[in-house]
Amino acid sequence: MNRFSRQIILPGFGGEAQMKLQAAKVLIIGAGGLGCPNILYLAAAGIGHICIVDGDNVSESNLNRQVIFGEAEIGINKAQAAAHYLKSKYSDIKIQYVPEFLTPDNVATFISPYDIVVDGTDNFTTRYLVNDACVLLGKPLVFAAIYQNEGQVAVFNATSGAVNYRDLYPEPPKENEIPNCSETGVLGVLPGIIGTMQAAETIKLITGYGKPLVDKMLYYNLLSHQTYEMALSKNPDAHRHIPKDLEELATRNYAALCDAEEAVSWKDALKGLEINPKNVLIDVREPHEMPRLTKWKHMNLPLSTSSIITPEIENAESIYLFCQTGIRSLRMARDLKKELSGKNIYSVIGGIESPDAPLN
Amino acid sequence: MEKVKHQIKVLAFGMVAERMQTATLELEGIPNTDVLKGYLYQQFPQLEDIRFSISVNRQVVTGNHAIPADAEIALLPPFSGG
Repeated sequence: MNRFSRQIILPGFGGEAQMKLQAAKVLIIGAGGLGCPNILYLAAAGIGHICIVDGDNVSESNLNRQVIFGEAEIGINKAQAAAHYLKSKYSDIKIQYVPEFLTPDNVATFISPYDIVVDGTDNFTTRYLVNDACVLLGKPLVFAAIYQNEGQVAVFNATSGAVNYRDLYPEPPKENEIPNCSETGVLGVLPGIIGTMQAAETIKLITGYGKPLVDKMLYYNLLSHQTYEMALSKNPDAHRHIPKDLEELATRNYAALCDAEEAVSWKDALKGLEINPKNVLIDVREPHEMPRLTKWKHMNLPLSTSSIITPEIENAESIYLFCQTGIRSLRMARDLKKELSGKNIYSVIGGIESPDAPLN
Repeated sequence: MEKVKHQIKVLAFGMVAERMQTATLELEGIPNTDVLKGYLYQQFPQLEDIRFSISVNRQVVTGNHAIPADAEIALLPPFSGG
């Protein structure tokens, strides 16, 4: 008996499938609501080499769904905490972690050594970045995403010529971006179910056991338990949106999802703040979102609270808004523009996750 | 003899269903996906600024695509959460 005996005796699985799991190298991007079940079940199943990438730290509001973490991990990097937990459980698999956010210039380096990529991220910026990198590197991508009480699961790019995320949605949503869990709420069991389905797809893809969702997408509704599966098709419009090579990918600004006139770089925003002390910097994230900005004077105006125009905002000539990735702040910049005419209102590209954010 | 109506069923997911305030529609006389989109944007102007893909009988389609009688259409928005 060994720790895999119950799956090895499963008809049609067997020792050969187990050896394939042992030989597999899987990169799990995001150790959040989707990432946690992937991490737990892929390690339990005996994937020989797992690497977890996440630049975020655990916060208290993560705990309803990110079940690897508890109160003791609040403030600790998620990838590090998850890897530490796995190492305490299993000595027979290789576990690595990268406590960083993926960016256009590091994504290829992180993905290249692995056979399969699991996308457990929580924003379109990273999802498109990961998709494009997987297409250019020829890596199968096991995809999942959630919205309120629904989830999507798919396997992209499993073979050459296979469908990828851009075949379904050639370009990221521009305005009125689909809100994420921080804004709309989520029951922890939903990413638990969807992330577990995603882990199952990874195991099926590696071993050839059953029929993975290759070039298919499954929708799941938690409230009705209904599923809806459809076949995906190549989209003639998709290919031109993917960078032609890794070099072009590395220089593309994924965070600026659209050519927004309101978008500015951190460099320009900080310059604007230095030039005119009346100008204001505003964090529009919810209070629990990390990391907080401590090096620069700023105000907090979470999107969930109704906007309050303070005298400081009234007096400013330019207002710079930032959020986690630059998406919500762009939406708020557009809303504020309607309320405050005659002011320059900007959204900082890439938000606090931008490598240019003044965190140090 | 009465002409047989060209009926279709439309299923909406995620934010599309939220904005339409319903997850299912039964429609008549919609021959293709362009006409369907025109109808939806007219009936539900709130859909105009969100993106969704369309499947016809569980196959995602691109461009303007014919909708056969008794087809099942799904309106599929992207999700980003994780």
